[in-house]
Amino acid sequence: MADWVEACAVDDVEEEDVIRFDHGGRTFAIYRSPDDEFFATDGYCTHEKAHLADGLVMDDIIECPKHNGRFNYKTGAAKGAPVCVNLVTYPVKIEAGKVMIQI
Amino acid sequence: MTTAAKTKRDYSLVGESTRAAIETGLASAEWYHTDVPRKAMKELMQRSDGPAIRDTIIWIAAILGSAAGIVWFWGSWWVVPFLFVYGVLYGSSSDSRWHECGHGTAFRTRWMNDVVYHIASFMLMRNPVQWRWSHARHHTDTIIVGRDAEIAVMRPPDLLKAALAFTGILDFRYSLPTLVRQAFGTLSEEEKSYIPEMEQHKAVVAARWHMAVYVATIAFAIALESWQPLVLVGLPRLYGTWHMVMTGLLQHIGLADNVVDHRLNTRTVYMNPISRFIYWNMNYHVEHHIFPMVPYHALPKLHELIKHDLPEPNPSMWHAYREVWPVLLRQLKYEDFYLKRELPPTARPYRGEFHEVDMSAAE
Ligand code: FES
Repeated sequence: MADWVEACAVDDVEEEDVIRFDHGGRTFAIYRSPDDEFFATDGYCTHEKAHLADGLVMDDIIECPKHNGRFNYKTGAAKGAPVCVNLVTYPVKIEAGKVMIQI
Repeated sequence: MTTAAKTKRDYSLVGESTRAAIETGLASAEWYHTDVPRKAMKELMQRSDGPAIRDTIIWIAAILGSAAGIVWFWGSWWVVPFLFVYGVLYGSSSDSRWHECGHGTAFRTRWMNDVVYHIASFMLMRNPVQWRWSHARHHTDTIIVGRDAEIAVMRPPDLLKAALAFTGILDFRYSLPTLVRQAFGTLSEEEKSYIPEMEQHKAVVAARWHMAVYVATIAFAIALESWQPLVLVGLPRLYGTWHMVMTGLLQHIGLADNVVDHRLNTRTVYMNPISRFIYWNMNYHVEHHIFPMVPYHALPKLHELIKHDLPEPNPSMWHAYREVWPVLLRQLKYEDFYLKRELPPTARPYRGEFHEVDMSAAE
């Protein structure tokens, strides 16, 4: 059974934005959607090595800072070249003002 | 100006330089970034459809207007100014539209980027699939020899080739046979080196669509017994390309190769407003390479924010060409010679060990 870990405080992520979270030698991206829901994916783009947390959140899309590849951060779906491989997503829950992700 | 490590450059993407770049860590390396607070960067990255819709309406209206002038004045000398304007809009400004929409930054709405990207790709005789991938590689490995598929002037420079580029002849000679080859289903080994397998069939389909339009245009010209359709579709890639070459060559020419700092291998040049419209602000090229997420209309603001960390921009295109000409002449004899960019005292330094990397060490 995968563990729930505390990623950040709710207020650490602005609405329609993303932050980076490192844990156990891995990097994740934590998103807050415009409608105030939280999501989590792997932190690196699947195209080359770029931190998605440096990218831009627009609605349900995260745009990678390196070649502008886009993913739906809610489903992980790659949305066209130069990204072809989907992102891994992780379950998220909020507990006592903290964002918890299951990894 | 200085000289760097002695190296014979092999510009093929599957050759010795490729292997050396991978082995020395120059390929897919971590690049220098100016520090910009996340809040400011987020503001600069914001997308909107407004500026690009406005500019695209002006662009299309000017294209249609000058095309109408060509048709109207066909057969008289009055056609010349219309050919001039139409040629530049078709053969040059399409490059910056292709570029910005390829990044997906011009419009906020994805389909708008895609539509303009495909139209501009056609105008440029560029396979939209192939070039999307080659440009991604250009951003990953900018002017890394053996990796970058878009190095415009190689060392030692072929000056005749560079001069002929202004006429569009060379590009035409390359682009058209490439499209024909791809339409028949053949991708070169180099193309396969940067287009992922799952995308390769799309490149063939795109080439077939482009060829279909050209065949239809030729058939139309034969039916009309007139050059007019070809002067409007296809040939502007020849006679209107000069502005794209004039602005585009300056992006990297004469500067360092095999460095992982865009401040050293890329140039920002102040330009007149007309060229900036045609070029969609890509004269802020260092800024664009460091932060490709920033849309063209926000580049002047980005420039103001980070210019303390960048070399002094060239004040004009004329100035930039005057600066680069002696460097090119020198490179004819010493291909390792290049123009070393001076960073301002306020800039963070570049890690010199990358700059002096000796590719032969990997042999
Ligand atoms: S690294 Fe993310 S799109 Fe290329």
